[in-house]
Amino acid sequence: MSTEPPAGGAPAPAVQLSAITKRFPGVVANSDVNISVRVGTVHALVGENGAGKSTLMKILYGMQQPDEGTIAIDGAPVIFASPADAIRAGVGMVHQHFMLADNLTVLENVVLGSEPRKGVGLDFATARARITEISSAYGLGVDPDRLVADLGVGERQRVEILKVLYRGARTLILDEPTAVLVPQEVEELFGNLRDLKAEGLTILFISHKLDEVLSVADDITVMRRGTTVASVLPQDVTARKLAELMVGSALPVPELRESTVTDEAVLSVDGLTVVNADGRTVLDDVSFTIHAGEVLGIAGVEGNGQAELVEALMGIRPCSAGTITLSGRDITRATTRQRRESGMGYIPEDRHRQGLLLEATLWENRVLGHQTSKPNVRGPLLDRRGAKADTERIVAEYDVRTPGIEVHAAALSGGNQQKLIVGREMSGSPVLLIASHPTRGVDVGAQAAIWEHIRRARAERLAVLLISADLDELIGMSDTLSVILRGRLVADHDPAAVTPEQLGSAMTGAGRED
Amino acid sequence: MRNLTLRSVLLGLAAPVGALVFAALLCAGILAVTGHSPVDTVDAMSASAQRPRTLVNSLNTAVSYYLSAVAVAIGFRMKLFNIGVDGQYRMAALLAAALAGAAFMEGVPPVLRVTMTVLASMLVGAAWAGIAALLKVTRGVSEVISTIMLNAIATYLVSYLNNPARLAEVNPGSNDVKTPDITAGGQVPGFEVTGSSSKVYGLVFLAVLVGFLYWFVLSRTRFGFELKATGLSESAAVASGVSVKKMVVISMLLSGAVAGLVGIPELLGASHSYSLNFPAGVGFIGIAVALLGRNHPIGMAVAALLWGFLFNTANSLDTAGVPREIVDIMQGVIVLSVVVAYELVRRYRVRAEQHAVGHALGRTKTAEEVSA
Repeated sequence: MSTEPPAGGAPAPAVQLSAITKRFPGVVANSDVNISVRVGTVHALVGENGAGKSTLMKILYGMQQPDEGTIAIDGAPVIFASPADAIRAGVGMVHQHFMLADNLTVLENVVLGSEPRKGVGLDFATARARITEISSAYGLGVDPDRLVADLGVGERQRVEILKVLYRGARTLILDEPTAVLVPQEVEELFGNLRDLKAEGLTILFISHKLDEVLSVADDITVMRRGTTVASVLPQDVTARKLAELMVGSALPVPELRESTVTDEAVLSVDGLTVVNADGRTVLDDVSFTIHAGEVLGIAGVEGNGQAELVEALMGIRPCSAGTITLSGRDITRATTRQRRESGMGYIPEDRHRQGLLLEATLWENRVLGHQTSKPNVRGPLLDRRGAKADTERIVAEYDVRTPGIEVHAAALSGGNQQKLIVGREMSGSPVLLIASHPTRGVDVGAQAAIWEHIRRARAERLAVLLISADLDELIGMSDTLSVILRGRLVADHDPAAVTPEQLGSAMTGAGRED
Repeated sequence: MRNLTLRSVLLGLAAPVGALVFAALLCAGILAVTGHSPVDTVDAMSASAQRPRTLVNSLNTAVSYYLSAVAVAIGFRMKLFNIGVDGQYRMAALLAAALAGAAFMEGVPPVLRVTMTVLASMLVGAAWAGIAALLKVTRGVSEVISTIMLNAIATYLVSYLNNPARLAEVNPGSNDVKTPDITAGGQVPGFEVTGSSSKVYGLVFLAVLVGFLYWFVLSRTRFGFELKATGLSESAAVASGVSVKKMVVISMLLSGAVAGLVGIPELLGASHSYSLNFPAGVGFIGIAVALLGRNHPIGMAVAALLWGFLFNTANSLDTAGVPREIVDIMQGVIVLSVVVAYELVRRYRVRAEQHAVGHALGRTKTAEEVSA
């Protein structure tokens, strides 16, 4: 990589993205993105999920081609048709999900795909020497002969970095590198990044963890809704200011106003036990009551029985013991349809699997789950006009961004699909809403809107069972909080008093000793 | 049904028309390579197409193909593969023929007699298909396997029953075996067409009615919606309160009932008895016709007419010195290429729609929201 610095000025930026635009099916496109990355710096790219960071990095790494705009590496314009082109130009990518073969050694993994040849055989000796050299030059501390299966997460990540360096990268893209690391490993990684920087390499660091960004980056570019909205220096901003730049307005906070809890029990669950097909007890003697106007939050590490609880309540999964009472009526043996007809709304955890027909129109999706109620049907006949009119209402009231109700659900972005589901489940005045991760994978705007709809329905005496992995959401939106651990409800907390840390330790069982 | 724009109509036609052209070219190539003249073949086929008799026969054949295709399509709509239409219609035709031809039916008024025959055939078809449905919902047996096996059982059961010792008699003056002839009161008269010795089946209207009901039930009723939902996503259907087992049983019974009708227009309109010469294999043709017609009531009608026409012109090829098997090749190529073409068009549509949505929302909204 020999680069002539432009006469009399600073060296050309390592990466210069100008006016990049990418129109992309259904999700926020990149539009007019401009980023300039100085040589020998750590440049952080921050933004919400869905802000277009990953698309942009795929464009820079040659996995996708921009519709408009130019890329320049070290001042020279380039066109990347594939990652191979990007690697040749010195741009390498460390993916969030490691791409390593467990049963091969570090050496074998690193050379895989660019094997050094000596005649017909492989020249492992040269490769080993180069790996050792790179490893010590950048302080990566990687032993080329260890089996990848034996390595920890942090070490694997360093192998990924080494792999990219081995191929001659001078600019490294790290896609959410800290997502998989524990705090000490994060510190080590940042040490490595500083070493790489000191050797003149350039690092593009994608993250949405703002504290980390502030501690390691030299420059920060903020993306929002597919475009770059600000370039700032870490010393000039706080984490809060960055977050507001990311979402474009004051942050929405999940919170309930005054209590609307009544003493009228809507859902009573008593001794609910579910044994799965393997004979394992996945829900063990679970009891709780949700009142009209109350939100009961269930906190727990995923896989502790939340999915089974929801499916048992909806009648999708048979329960082995216990009773479920809805508005005074025993529905333990009722079918899913009977439960829905008696006023249970359901926002499923996986909207593509349980919530939508992706290859059906929006209005057909409005009918889904409500096939027996007005305005969707008249007796055994579909009321197409009624269903379509009501879909128009949902689209307007819930701000579903779509050109029309005749498009397929698959064409909408995740947030808009979710708003359609929320609107549908809130229709027909339900008495109980089972909301499983209602704001998962949706953008901040949709998140705030969904919270607001739940708040409003709660004020109108809706009972809500809220299951979420987002502790702030749970604490902010719940009137009552329970922790589920290995299929049992182990602790109750007052959401007004509990901190995310306390909740976190209760979720792992650490809080049980007190 | 989606909004009809010129573009969507053209896209819908692209796949079948493309497949037909491709199949025609390929068959022309095969003919040329084997030393036959493609031009002569087309001449022979078009000459035969100008004979009213060919057209009448084509329509009659298409009637049974269409019924068979609808039976298959009912299952297809919820990803249920009823391969057993063949066995279902042969069982139904044999038993209905035996009932309609039985001596005690003589005294029954004609309308009631025909109605009873039709209902009996539907019941038998539904019952035969119902075995596969029960096996599926109680024991988890794949309906593909069970219906194929039931076809084989039906073949043996039909030859066991179609025997002078049981339901049949020997056709005088031949070694054919058939059920007793259905007398005039049990028949459905056809329509004369000038210049043709064959008549159009009276029960052509039965096919039209079945096609209409198929369209109505599937697109206008709650049951049809749930059938479609189950086909698109079983997990979403379950979460929406649809009992998948119930849907399997009902749709299999409906499919079998329609399958039972496949042989009836021929039985009551022309042959008047079930013999060894009764058309076989129509159930499998129905699969091809349903695929070609995309399970659409009109699409399948067009496909059934095409298949019926090809079948009936094949006879004229022999006289032109062209092997009639070229028609089988052509049908096979059409089905294979149409399946590929539909999938390509489907993917193109999904992408085009996502682009349209992205275009309508993504860019303009983004710019405006950012500046806001």
